[in-house]
Amino acid sequence: MQVPATFAYERADSVPHAIALLERYGPDARIVAGGHSLIPMMKLRLAQPEALIDINGLAGELGRVAIEREGEGEELAIGALVRHAELLDSTAATDLFPIFRDAERVIADPIVRNRGTVGGSLCQADPSEDLAAVFAALGATAVIQGPGGVRTVPIREFHRGPYETAVEPNELLIQLRVPVRPGTGSAYEKVERRVGDWPVAAAGAVLTVEDGVITSAGIGLTAVGAEGFHAPEAEELLTGRPPGAEAFAEAGRVAAEHCEPHADQRGPADYKRHLAAELTRRALTTAAGRI
Amino acid sequence: MRVTVTVNGQPHTREVEPRLLLVHFLRDELGLTGTHWGCDTSNCGVCTVRLDGVPVKSCTVLAVMADGHEVTTVEGLERDGELDAVQKGFVECHGLQCGFCTPGMLLTARWLLDRDPDPDEATIREAISGQLCRCTGYENIVRSIKWAAAAEQEARS
Ligand SMILES: Cc1cc2nc3c(=O)[nH]c(=O)nc-3n(C[C@H](O)[C@H](O)[C@H](O)COP(=O)(O)OP(=O)(O)OC[C@H]3O[C@@H](n4cnc5c(N)ncnc54)[C@H](O)[C@@H]3O)c2cc1C
Ligand code: FES
Ligand code: FES
Repeated sequence: MQVPATFAYERADSVPHAIALLERYGPDARIVAGGHSLIPMMKLRLAQPEALIDINGLAGELGRVAIEREGEGEELAIGALVRHAELLDSTAATDLFPIFRDAERVIADPIVRNRGTVGGSLCQADPSEDLAAVFAALGATAVIQGPGGVRTVPIREFHRGPYETAVEPNELLIQLRVPVRPGTGSAYEKVERRVGDWPVAAAGAVLTVEDGVITSAGIGLTAVGAEGFHAPEAEELLTGRPPGAEAFAEAGRVAAEHCEPHADQRGPADYKRHLAAELTRRALTTAAGRI
Repeated sequence: MRVTVTVNGQPHTREVEPRLLLVHFLRDELGLTGTHWGCDTSNCGVCTVRLDGVPVKSCTVLAVMADGHEVTTVEGLERDGELDAVQKGFVECHGLQCGFCTPGMLLTARWLLDRDPDPDEATIREAISGQLCRCTGYENIVRSIKWAAAAEQEARS
């Protein structure tokens, strides 16, 4: 029987209250959202926080998916406490960005998706997290709140390394914002050992095409040691070119070259590198077909 | 910490440690052993219960997180002595062998039919993909859920 070590438990009744509790308990306190990464780690004693600050009561503040005006354009805003299942069910999100549907259908299983949250996934910062690649491909912005107020961090600077993010111990990730651009297609491709498993490798692609030319390309990669979960060299190669099979295959090759996959129980490094190339090519092809 | 959890419509108040998992609260504090406890790693789904109507794996939820909320376990499926249609389906179609996965399967099946009264086979298999049947009796589990869907359709018409 796996039992976590003892801890103090506090329930936050607002975002400022959660931040005040983090300040009161200090760096050994942790936020708990869905708990589907943190509680298993606590059961294995890989994590032993002294206090848990439960934010599950904050769905009113942190549980929304909405399209909002931002300057001249629009942004899709996703609250940190949105559950995987809610993102999958949100047609506002999946119609604009089918990459969410592709990815959420293959993240864990339906029961885990009922509980795990978008914010928890990003803050967990597991090197194989699917949503890290999705939001990297989308060029999202993370909105973080702390005692000093609200700040934003581009998602590609959000992940600082395995299990490390830009969120300070006294801060909360509150929202992800995704720019909405006309003429955009998106897709996600994942290879897993069995249904509901973490990826052996996965790639996300987001393409914007104007007048037959790619004006913006986002490529997200996970589980293959891509820095910041994205492939800037491959994105650069595509920008300004017309979409097409040859360009996509080349982008896949370049993306794979810049990865650093490690061999583990999910597969050898060269297989993962091969997948990085092939899944990037496939995701780009599907994304282009959806514009 | 003092918690009150409404389980199958009945409020229960207990003094618990924050580290107590919901599955153990249900089994050990309340004696509701219909909720099974298997892998302990949120993979197998035998510990599935409905929390405010939504199926969750109770080995990965703290009892204190259910404070003030409603939980439905397999014991809460029957109404006034009559089995739920999904339970009848499992009886009719031999949907269980050892029965270890059955409570989680039943609660997930009920949730599926609440949302989608006429699911096709792929939808059923997708819905139960977070539950492992150690006896591998998936064919009959799918048949049982189809039986329940049909029985409820008929009762409505
Ligand atoms: C069986 C199983 C299979 C899985 N399969 C996959 C998979 O295929 N792909 C995949 O990508 N993931 C998978 N996951 C992981 C799942 O997506 C994550 O567990 C989950 O979404 C993390 O979110 P959570 O809300 O449960 O986070 P929690 O466990 O509550 O928190 C995780 C970490 O983030 C911190 N945190 C949470 N929310 C915030 C916030 N708003 N601000 C600051 N810090 C915060 C916590 O302090 C903790 O350190 C799987 C999990 C399980 C149990
Ligand atoms: S015991 Fe909870 S998922 Fe297996
Ligand atoms: S009937 Fe034995 S585990 Fe499913």
